[in-house]
Amino acid sequence: MTRSLTGRWAAPARPVWEEPPGRAGLLAKGLLLAAACLAVLVPLWIVVVTSLSTKKAITEAGGLVVVPRDLTLIAYQELLGGGQVTRAAVVSVLVTLAGTVFSMTVSILCAYGLSRPGSLGHRFILLALMATMFFGAGLIPTYLLVQTLGLTDTYLALILPSAVSVFNILVLRGFFMGISPELVDSARIDGAGDLRILWTIVMPLSRAVIAVITLFYAVGYWSAWFNASIYLSDQNMMPLQNVLIQLVQKQEIPVGLGQAVRAGNLSGLAVQMAVMVLALLPVAVLSPFVQKHFRKGMLTGAVKG
Amino acid sequence: MSTLDTEAAEPAAQAPGVRTRRRAGNRDRKSDRHRSRTDGRVPLGRRLRRDRTLLLMTVPALVLVVVFNYVPILGNVVAFQDYDPYVSTNGITAMLESPWVGLAQFERVFADPWFWHAVENTFVLFLLQLVLFFPVPIALALLVNSVLRPRLRAVVQAVLYLPHFFSWVLVITVFQQILGGAGIIAQTLRQHGHEGFDLMTDPAVFKFLVTAEGIWKDAGWGVIVFLAALAAVNQDLYEAAAMDGAGRWRRMWHVTLPALRPVIALLLVLRVGDALTVGFEQLLLQRDAVGPGAAEVLDTFVWWTGLRSQDFSYAAAAGLIKGVVGLVLVLSANKVAHLMGEQGVYRK
Repeated sequence: MTRSLTGRWAAPARPVWEEPPGRAGLLAKGLLLAAACLAVLVPLWIVVVTSLSTKKAITEAGGLVVVPRDLTLIAYQELLGGGQVTRAAVVSVLVTLAGTVFSMTVSILCAYGLSRPGSLGHRFILLALMATMFFGAGLIPTYLLVQTLGLTDTYLALILPSAVSVFNILVLRGFFMGISPELVDSARIDGAGDLRILWTIVMPLSRAVIAVITLFYAVGYWSAWFNASIYLSDQNMMPLQNVLIQLVQKQEIPVGLGQAVRAGNLSGLAVQMAVMVLALLPVAVLSPFVQKHFRKGMLTGAVKG
Repeated sequence: MSTLDTEAAEPAAQAPGVRTRRRAGNRDRKSDRHRSRTDGRVPLGRRLRRDRTLLLMTVPALVLVVVFNYVPILGNVVAFQDYDPYVSTNGITAMLESPWVGLAQFERVFADPWFWHAVENTFVLFLLQLVLFFPVPIALALLVNSVLRPRLRAVVQAVLYLPHFFSWVLVITVFQQILGGAGIIAQTLRQHGHEGFDLMTDPAVFKFLVTAEGIWKDAGWGVIVFLAALAAVNQDLYEAAAMDGAGRWRRMWHVTLPALRPVIALLLVLRVGDALTVGFEQLLLQRDAVGPGAAEVLDTFVWWTGLRSQDFSYAAAAGLIKGVVGLVLVLSANKVAHLMGEQGVYRK
């Protein structure tokens, strides 16, 4: 049965001492794994299919659509043709890009600055950073601070308070410290400064962990809605997640689409599902590419396995 | 001292003969004591000049952490005041001008039945998550680990990791589409002449719902740590056990589980230390639908009293209680781990 499967799809040989699995065991295992995967995939399937369905298909199905029929992109055309959702998507993309670049710059610099053993004050700084993992200042004082700094109603309020994750810095630092010191020292003898060493030696060697941490930061910014909900008051500034809360939880139709929903071929439900797809698409597309590095990124310098 | 003990990853010693200007104090690192002595001989001014760039590199992150993690700690003084944001134009002068009330806010908090209700909900949710959520990643890891085909395994992992990267808004919306009043299950039931239902707004099952959402989102992601621990198990142990006649299950019991024990203990300690945090965003998003009776936990209580009712001092007092109890929990959980002979979150 496995003869047709070749390469990485094929099962590797079992060690001789291991008894071959029984049929019932294999079946139970397969069913459990399939159930776990379907629990993730089926809801996503329903959301995607419904977002692509016409009003007619949705009415016939009595709501959510499981079996695709009459597929159309009309919901996406309406949503991305300008208006509330387009603006929110642009806001989310820009905040995510700017925030991720900023967070990565700050974190990589700090991680490298702390990665040379024996440098002045690195233990003290490390302790000061790590102590924040054990306590939080609390929601109210943080809110009052952001207000006092005049960040409310600016996009900086969505970036600065959550810009640094100490955990991410520790992971980066752990990885940087694993890089051969001979390499770094020989560059130093050749006259390279720290910034140059970081840019030309350390960063190219750390691509895996940088990819993982970039994904972590980007997902953080993309998924965030709470800071926007307390620091922003202008509805036109809201990022995509906050608009999604309005649309789906409160069952509203995006501003300006009411007419199209009442008269045309567009279903309100399809619009809601399309906003969900927009919100999950970047994450669902990007994270599998970084997947093979997760273990390295998660475990270097973090939980030592 | 370092937690996640990164020090161990330090390069052991530098190649002999490589003597650089900057690392002068670092040539000989046989022991910590030795190092500090050599370092001590380099005058502070020279060390400062030597490590100037490194120090400067840490400044941006340090400034952000100080401003957004340390400075707000001082802001907790409003818990001992009757803080009025409108007494002055900015938060700091308003703090200086607001009247001091001593522990009056704390007395109010402790006399508030809603506070104790939030405490109870937090505790019940923590226990539910511990019993129902915590074992799932371990079981899933054993299951995934038994998949031998590399490509199939990668696909399964990709699918299981995916929900971790979804926002809580998305996760809850997905659950709404499945289990809500207009969800696919209620919809199908109605089409076949049964009565529909709405699990999303039912206070009776809400805590189980919250736990289920947590499992859907993060159980797959939790597998990573256990898979790494499983990969580190010496395969000879399995062979030796098999030679001694241990079957599949006994090998799992006597070889696999002992190998996972340190990781399980560590994660358990982390979870208990973080017991008061049971999913702030997740609960806040559902608070309106199901009502505060079932959904109010300590974090949402602080949010509601502070940011919604604008009773800043009262909310800050409640938040401070949570923060202090939380800190005590982390430190004691860690202590217990040490007593049990495990590594804990940080080392002394």
